[in-house]
Amino acid sequence: MNLDSLTEQSGEWLRASGPEADIVISCRIRLARNLSSFPFTNRASTHQKAEIEQYLKGRLEKIDFEPRLEYVNLAPLSALDRQLLVERQLISRELANSEGPRGVAFAGSEIISVMVNEEDHVRMQVIRSGFTLDEAWQDADRLDDKLEEKVPYAFNEELGYLTACPTNVGTGMRASVMLHLPALVLTKQIEKVFRALQKINLAVRGLYGEGSRASGDFYQISNQVTLGKSETTIINEIRDVVPNIINYERQARQALTRENHAQVLDRVRRAFGVLKNAAMMTSEETMDLLSSVRLGVNLGLIDDIDIFKVNELFIHTQPAHLQKLLGRQLDSEERNTERARFLRNRLREMDSLN
Amino acid sequence: MKCQSCEQSATVHLTEIVNGKKKEKHFCQDCAQKLELLKQQELNLTAILQSVIGQHVGGQTDELSRLTCPSCGIKYMEFKAAGRCGCPQDYQIFREPLMPLLERIHRGRRHVGKVPPHALKHAALQAELRELRQQLRNAIEREAYEDAARLRDQIKQKENADEPG
Repeated sequence: MNLDSLTEQSGEWLRASGPEADIVISCRIRLARNLSSFPFTNRASTHQKAEIEQYLKGRLEKIDFEPRLEYVNLAPLSALDRQLLVERQLISRELANSEGPRGVAFAGSEIISVMVNEEDHVRMQVIRSGFTLDEAWQDADRLDDKLEEKVPYAFNEELGYLTACPTNVGTGMRASVMLHLPALVLTKQIEKVFRALQKINLAVRGLYGEGSRASGDFYQISNQVTLGKSETTIINEIRDVVPNIINYERQARQALTRENHAQVLDRVRRAFGVLKNAAMMTSEETMDLLSSVRLGVNLGLIDDIDIFKVNELFIHTQPAHLQKLLGRQLDSEERNTERARFLRNRLREMDSLN
Repeated sequence: MKCQSCEQSATVHLTEIVNGKKKEKHFCQDCAQKLELLKQQELNLTAILQSVIGQHVGGQTDELSRLTCPSCGIKYMEFKAAGRCGCPQDYQIFREPLMPLLERIHRGRRHVGKVPPHALKHAALQAELRELRQQLRNAIEREAYEDAARLRDQIKQKENADEPG
């Protein structure tokens, strides 16, 4: 697979095509599975990891599943290429930065990816655009069945799928929903939402899972419990709570446009103006400004900009994407200059189409 | 070290700095919870796991510290330090200290989700494969390459037999 060509397209999950896509960016199902006759990755020798990789690679490429998965060996890739896959959510940061034989199988649409030799031997994930948890689960379930025809999983009746970390044992499933919640952040109600979610045992994280501060006002909600509840129960619990958060966000957006219309319009236009004119731009500032622009588009304060294009800018302005798009390595100051140039060009292009 | 408000052993240690003066505090899990000290701490999964594991083992530590998985060689104390199992068999070997931990994390102790149709059917064969792979590793270590080649063929054969489709 030619990784350079990835930057010319976008993963399906950015399409803003599913239900409630103005607020729900994407839904993700991740299943952790292990081979029953090998030690877990953390305890496997390099030789064993190579055996595991060989075993899984052959079977992943052969399984009777559409779309076809193509395997990418991560060990020989440059740090930049691995970072590119992290930014696209095809692999985890942990897998990118770990060592030894490891890889990822994915299909061109980037809906499905299967990591090999992450914390567990197999970590398969399905990411779909919009509020589509059930569809994502159906895909993951189907892929899991197909792989299990060929691969003997570590499983016991009492504890379910056995995983390296006891926090994943049972279903091995993490179901998550990525939400864009700029109005709840602006109106300072986001903490309230956090506390309510924690009370019902759901975890909240920022985009790319870094620390507590969510850049770009993106929040990921996921289950913590994996043992003692079925996959559908876990998914239903999340699916039932998300509409409440969507409603809070919509109410907050309405309140903002009703009571603080001038301020919101000012914020959105300033963000747009800075993005279109600045000469240097950090990744962090880009995320914050794009968040305001995204809110502006959804509130109808900026005309005729496709929300998909805005979604895409969040990813294409990440460090590895920027360097890939420009075709060379950049230090962080160069990146800030090139990021600003890239944003100016893209946004002016969009503007001139109108 | 004992908890400063009761007789249990302290598992929560805090350093407070007030007006430039350092002050150390030590509490057991229960007292720390009563004082709501734990809520202010950032959620650190590994630390929580370790503290929960430590708490559940308590007095049995001596006996448990000698527990080693015959399959992957991980010692109970290593599992405790890392919060990660070494192989699927550890869930049996360390079952006793693991069950209360799982109950704490998940508030559940039994899997009620998906059951893979093939895994149980192939359990016996898998145990055999595990054994063969262990023998293969031993053969390679003592440089008995003829044995290794024979074992490798055997493994290949069994792996292929394992594949229905």
